[in-house]
Amino acid sequence: MQRIGVFICWCGSNIAATVDVKRVAEAIKAEPGVVYSADYQYMCSENGQQLLKNAIKEHNLTGVVIGSCSPRMHEATFRRAAAEAGLNPYMLEVANIREQCSWIHKDMDEATEKALILIRTAIAKVRLNTPLQEGESPVTKRALVIGGGIAGIQAALDIAEAGFEVDIVEKNATIGGRMAQLDKTFPTLDCSACILTPKMVDCAQSDKIDILSYSEVEEVKGFVGNFKVKIRKKARYVDEKKCTGCKVCMEKCPSKKGLNEFNMNLNNRTAIYIPFAQAIPNVAVIDPEQCIKLKTGKCGICQKFCGAGAINYEMKDEFVDREYGAIVVATGFRPINIDAFNEYGYSDNADVITSLELERLMNAAGPTNGVLLRPSDKTHPKVITFIQCVGSRDVSGCGKPYCSKVCCMYTAKHAMLIREKYPDTEVHVFYIDVRTPGKNYDEFYRRAVEQYGVDYIKGMVGKVYNENGKLMVQGSNLIDNEQVIIPSDLVVLATAIEPEPSVRKIATLLTASIDTNNFMNESHPKLRPVESPTAGVYLAGMCQGPKDIPETVSQASACAAKVIGLLVKDKLKTNPCVAHCNEMMCNGCSQCANVCAYGAITYVDKEFRIGGGKTEVRRVASVNPAVCQGCGACTVTCPSGAMDLSGFSSKQIMSEVEAICKR
Amino acid sequence: MKICYYPGCTLKTKAKELDAYARKAAEALGVEMEEVKDWQCCGAVYPMAKNEIATKLSAVRALDYAKHNGGKLLTLCSACHNVIKRVNDDMKNDENIRTKANNYLALEESYNGETQVIHYLEMLKNEVSFDEIAKKVVKPLNRKVGAYYGCLLLRPSGVLAFDNPENPSIIEDFIRAIGGTPVIYPFRNECCGAYVSLKNQTLPKERSAKILNSAKEKGAEEVITACPLCLYNLQVNGAGILPARYFTELLAEALGVK
Repeated sequence: MQRIGVFICWCGSNIAATVDVKRVAEAIKAEPGVVYSADYQYMCSENGQQLLKNAIKEHNLTGVVIGSCSPRMHEATFRRAAAEAGLNPYMLEVANIREQCSWIHKDMDEATEKALILIRTAIAKVRLNTPLQEGESPVTKRALVIGGGIAGIQAALDIAEAGFEVDIVEKNATIGGRMAQLDKTFPTLDCSACILTPKMVDCAQSDKIDILSYSEVEEVKGFVGNFKVKIRKKARYVDEKKCTGCKVCMEKCPSKKGLNEFNMNLNNRTAIYIPFAQAIPNVAVIDPEQCIKLKTGKCGICQKFCGAGAINYEMKDEFVDREYGAIVVATGFRPINIDAFNEYGYSDNADVITSLELERLMNAAGPTNGVLLRPSDKTHPKVITFIQCVGSRDVSGCGKPYCSKVCCMYTAKHAMLIREKYPDTEVHVFYIDVRTPGKNYDEFYRRAVEQYGVDYIKGMVGKVYNENGKLMVQGSNLIDNEQVIIPSDLVVLATAIEPEPSVRKIATLLTASIDTNNFMNESHPKLRPVESPTAGVYLAGMCQGPKDIPETVSQASACAAKVIGLLVKDKLKTNPCVAHCNEMMCNGCSQCANVCAYGAITYVDKEFRIGGGKTEVRRVASVNPAVCQGCGACTVTCPSGAMDLSGFSSKQIMSEVEAICKR
Repeated sequence: MKICYYPGCTLKTKAKELDAYARKAAEALGVEMEEVKDWQCCGAVYPMAKNEIATKLSAVRALDYAKHNGGKLLTLCSACHNVIKRVNDDMKNDENIRTKANNYLALEESYNGETQVIHYLEMLKNEVSFDEIAKKVVKPLNRKVGAYYGCLLLRPSGVLAFDNPENPSIIEDFIRAIGGTPVIYPFRNECCGAYVSLKNQTLPKERSAKILNSAKEKGAEEVITACPLCLYNLQVNGAGILPARYFTELLAEALGVK
């Protein structure tokens, strides 16, 4: 018979205000096997843990139940304390009487009764618990960074700095990401390229960093410390090792009508191209949709002129298999599609543009060489109206419910830069709220208003329409309580951002979760903000939520610290709660292997004695404990009941169910 | 096809022609409009107060009648459509209003928003189809017409679910079906000034002029509407800019039954 100790936590008033903890602690003493029961204000505190340790020793406890918050919160804490007192940590169970009881009930009698049931349930399980031993698995000392924007670059540089090898997999032809498209950065107004490109060069020059550009993650297997990843290197039709980046091919290419994605489709590029001057790697790529040679077989001009002999029209996608200990997801964002916002006339008027398009129009390397000319007639706009929250904080369903966080600041930046460069330009900004928390941020916005005379109008815009060549912006001025119409030459929409859509595929490959807005979920919104709930997967930048460059860089460095902390370990403790097969019952039907998402189950032929000195060879399932994640899918699938999960055996679960049903 | 029809007060008085042409056109299209028995005024304006029940009851009575007579309720006046559709949404989704209205009416079987409210334009589009209408046109319009939606058909867009509130297309498709050329102009979904004209002519004058001038600038020869109040404002407060008529008149004209 087990000697079980029960500890009821008040969690301050979180539990004690709804659950009569004294009554629970008293009533539970009568349970068979319970030799000790107590209640305490904060079990997770130093004193609470000491109470637990002392009781284990004094009462020779062989099993412990803690009635407290969710085991996701403090199970590890309590198990560590139990281990310190000499108890096998897997002999301790947590009954969740906070999230699943006190927080969701109002009536004290009901909540107390439910808490009792939950604790009896945990006791029923502990009675059947057996000590479990953690195994060990080796750590591959190499990291994968998915996405080569500023988040991926910073994470890779920091990991490399600590001496570990890192691969950056970037789906575009160059690293740099969205930051490379920006003109200036807030709140200092320094040139985005000037601070980004040195970091890109550092990546290229680091002997620890391998950049796999124009590549995508195709398949991920394994687990923390031991990921096996298949990477698709897409055919760029240019030999990366031979191309010198001389750009002769771009001068000669006759197919010049491709939309220049880097310039937000505001001008054209050739079929063979280098995305921008500081691209890393500085190697051309051919757009197969646009290349005359690849489409019709006739042309081949770039090959003729390429002095390095780098062009290869026969190139095919290649696959690279690599192993990693940790993975950083840094897939970034894109502006949302604003076609649904008909009131702003984006698709009807060339001079209604998005903020990212404005970045390119303001950039010295952009389609207008940095001269602000409106797209329709290439004239200087004299009146420019900005509309904030286009698609952000939107509950109509056309946009996103969240605040995109960066728009208030970049709009203030745009307004200021325009007033600085073209003082004769009138600038208006429609806003719902101006949100500028952050170091030197509100000062920055105030400078736009006070020093640069930008006209901020509190109110939303209902319509943008073209009247005699002017863009009429009709909106409300909530301060003056009147409707205003501003005849403008250029309208800039501060478009909401959303996670780059490829993140869905990446999340699926990694079995990491995403939220309703496609942002990657962090393990804990406050205390584990850069870790995905999937062990060994870390999150940097916009893939996890809207954030600006300083925050992104901070998060990327935090990711790197976590990755380094993992990679310095030679071995990792493995979860002992894994499946195992009772070979005497297994009939080798393969159903468990079919449902195993991790490929942890294989089959072996084994010899069994069948009595009378005879033996027979049977095919039975065998679980690789290092690969098994303990999900339990095989145990419920197994028709003969041969599969069972350590720590969550069918017997334990049935005894819990019985405890709940027994009244 | 037979369908329950709710005309509303204005269509019996000021806006007789909106109703008359609709009936003629429906007959030509093989649709039988059966007037709701003993209908009462819808209340004309949807009451926004959360505790307001009394002014919603007549809409519920009409809806309940339609529930037992084919399940669909046809509306024509934009204002009636707006009120009835929104009350129906309340009866479906607002437990408080549903309970109180049912308690008050004490119907044999409680009404829970089962009836489908369809506007005459929706009936043309979904029950008859614009292709069928085009086949029955004997006198194609052959002129440029601006659709004037106003507010009540489109908003609140979630409940009305009539068309894209910023870029609607149903009346344009209708104009095409009867042989006209639709003119898209920016003010087709802006407010005409509505009831404000009862006490202040300046605002509706300004609004109506804005709407009609905007249509005229884009080449419209006339504008059409489904709303008696919009038509009043466009004709009286926007006098002399462009002719404004009910869409049913053009439909009857094209079908040769005017």
